[in-house]
Amino acid sequence: MSRERFDAIVVGAGMSGNAAAYTMASRGLKVLQLERGEYPGSKNVQGAILYANMLEGIVPNFRDDAPLERHLVEQRLWIMDDTSHSGMHYRSHDFNEQRANRYTIVRVQFDKWFAGKVREAGGTILCETTATKLARDGSGNVIGVHTDRAGRPILADVVVLAEGVNGVLGTRMGLRDVPKSQNVALAVKEMHFLPEHVIAERFGLTGDQGCVIEALGTISRGVAGLGFLYTNRDSVSLGIGCLVSGLAESMESPHTLLNGFKCHPSIKPLLAGSEVKEYAAHLIPEGGFRAIPELHGEGWVVVGDAAQLNNAVHREGSNLAMTSGQIAGEAICTIKNQGRPMTKDNLSLYKSMLDKSFVMRDLIKHKDVPALLHTNSQSLFSTYPKLISQAAQGFVRVDGSTKIEKEKAAIDAFIKARSRWGLVSDAVRIARAWR
Amino acid sequence: MHIVVCIKQVPDSSQIRVHPVTNTIMRQGVPTIINPYDLFALEEALRLRDRFALEEKRWLRNPSRGKVTVVTMGPPMAAQALRKALTYGADRAVLVTDRRFAGSDTLATSFALACAIAKIGERFGPPDIIFTGKQTIDGDTAQVGPGIAKRLNIQQLTYIKKVTRIDHLRRSVDVERCLEGGTQFIESKMPCLVTMADGLNTIRRGSIEDSLRAARCSILTWGVADLGVREVDKFGLKGSPTVVKRVFAPTPRAQKSVQLETASKTVGHVADELVAWISSHQPKLADMPLSKSGA
Repeated sequence: MSRERFDAIVVGAGMSGNAAAYTMASRGLKVLQLERGEYPGSKNVQGAILYANMLEGIVPNFRDDAPLERHLVEQRLWIMDDTSHSGMHYRSHDFNEQRANRYTIVRVQFDKWFAGKVREAGGTILCETTATKLARDGSGNVIGVHTDRAGRPILADVVVLAEGVNGVLGTRMGLRDVPKSQNVALAVKEMHFLPEHVIAERFGLTGDQGCVIEALGTISRGVAGLGFLYTNRDSVSLGIGCLVSGLAESMESPHTLLNGFKCHPSIKPLLAGSEVKEYAAHLIPEGGFRAIPELHGEGWVVVGDAAQLNNAVHREGSNLAMTSGQIAGEAICTIKNQGRPMTKDNLSLYKSMLDKSFVMRDLIKHKDVPALLHTNSQSLFSTYPKLISQAAQGFVRVDGSTKIEKEKAAIDAFIKARSRWGLVSDAVRIARAWR
Repeated sequence: MHIVVCIKQVPDSSQIRVHPVTNTIMRQGVPTIINPYDLFALEEALRLRDRFALEEKRWLRNPSRGKVTVVTMGPPMAAQALRKALTYGADRAVLVTDRRFAGSDTLATSFALACAIAKIGERFGPPDIIFTGKQTIDGDTAQVGPGIAKRLNIQQLTYIKKVTRIDHLRRSVDVERCLEGGTQFIESKMPCLVTMADGLNTIRRGSIEDSLRAARCSILTWGVADLGVREVDKFGLKGSPTVVKRVFAPTPRAQKSVQLETASKTVGHVADELVAWISSHQPKLADMPLSKSGA
């Protein structure tokens, strides 16, 4: 009896893994997907925002049955000190379009749906099964995976590593290094349940409209970090993510920061009366372009968070994951159809397709930002937010002092905190990193 | 050897919360599991099958290999529980599902399952042993297993913690049965129905071959019509005389059971001792006619 062999094994059933598995299965490849969780989504944590455009490229009619919470019509960016926030809000009626651009989702449900699509397309998914080792032939080419279940290794022409940010399979096999602490953020989040109409009232929403708040400032106690609040249908996802290296240096604990964020006078009334039913924590790749490991080898490719494909500046990750999974799937299908083997050279097709996509182009554009956030965290996440808040209060408060005095006081405060030269160099550095 | 295991998909009671105001169970979003006692039953069945296979291999050139069939009655989503059972290593799965089964109490459930097992017997060969858990963690009645045995007119062995031996020639089975404060060693003839208490076994982690097979195999699904039974009134709500009048938490029994030594005593003697013990512990009963007749 000859041994069963798959065209591809996908390790992981998150965004990138599901995208890769679906892309290949729907093009007729024999795909096996391994997921260590009890069901797809059970181990996956994200805020979460779904970027419709990228999913549309994979499952065009996903809006028919995907579990979507709300479509986003408003984005708020808050700069916070301990008692106040200065905000920039953008809300547009244009976002109430038929095929909305961004949705909030709950990953546990969404990933189940996505995996269901993989099954419909003919893929086989094994849950509660962890890939423990890559199986290699005599010359070191990857030919399959060993699992934590009894039995021989499962064989395949190619293994797609979609094992997430902390993927131990790839690091254990020496395909890439363990992520450095300055290149990953630890995000902690809670799900606060509130009745649908209360959420609608508090955030000024009707129907399926949703709103996002992103906040930075003293809530992260000088560590590079970001607080977030997403409205779901009958819950609010709230969390804060900070660079692990920053947390280690400052000895701040994530749950203390999350508590501080929740108790902030600008956030607290938005959550009043809610019931917390879930909490979760997850690492987010923040290293950007410079942290991307080798993406392909003899018989394997790596996609999504495992490949550090995350745009820290725009807080985009799941779309890069989906698109990288899709591109990997397409590349593998192309190589397969040409009847060529899954060698490192042939799989470079994935890399070159990815380079041409928005994924790599965006990451290259912002390649210097992660280092900037890391090295200038104190001024960016504590000093400036405080100064901006003081200036805003001075501008608004009417107390009899003259406007000239107020403006001078505001400018003096900036100069005192960062010096003239410091202000100019901060501005130049930010501009250069952004360029 | 053919073994049938009856399982039930139940809400994970460790994750159920009671509504603080209305005192009702909040089932929403509670994950489902296979009833834990059924897992003891399934593992015992798998072990018997594997042991049987080993024995056959020793004596026969072409071992027939025993089969374990899992069956459940429930809504379509109960297929998940069956698939999980296949992942553990069961050989085939049957889902008995139909809107007309909805609202079944233990009487109607045991009738439907007995019909399904009879059909499984017709199709795949008569079962030698039927396993169930001793009870489910959501209903806690412990009635379905005995109900099935009665309807199939076979021996019932309840609260079993271990099946120690099967003699295929004599068609007999040895089991250890849990008693309050002791263990009963029983020999019974096959076919029989065994309800498993918290056994000595732990459910295995299925092999990669088993999980691959489970992920891809189709689950047999039978409705009322497939069971080929005329008495459809015995299914579902119509066949369920049970009415829930009230739900409450009973206070636990404070007293331990007492066992009396019976060896080398006449029945009358044992009865006298028993009555004496009762009247000494329940003074209120002492004046009743029962104690006088015993004296």
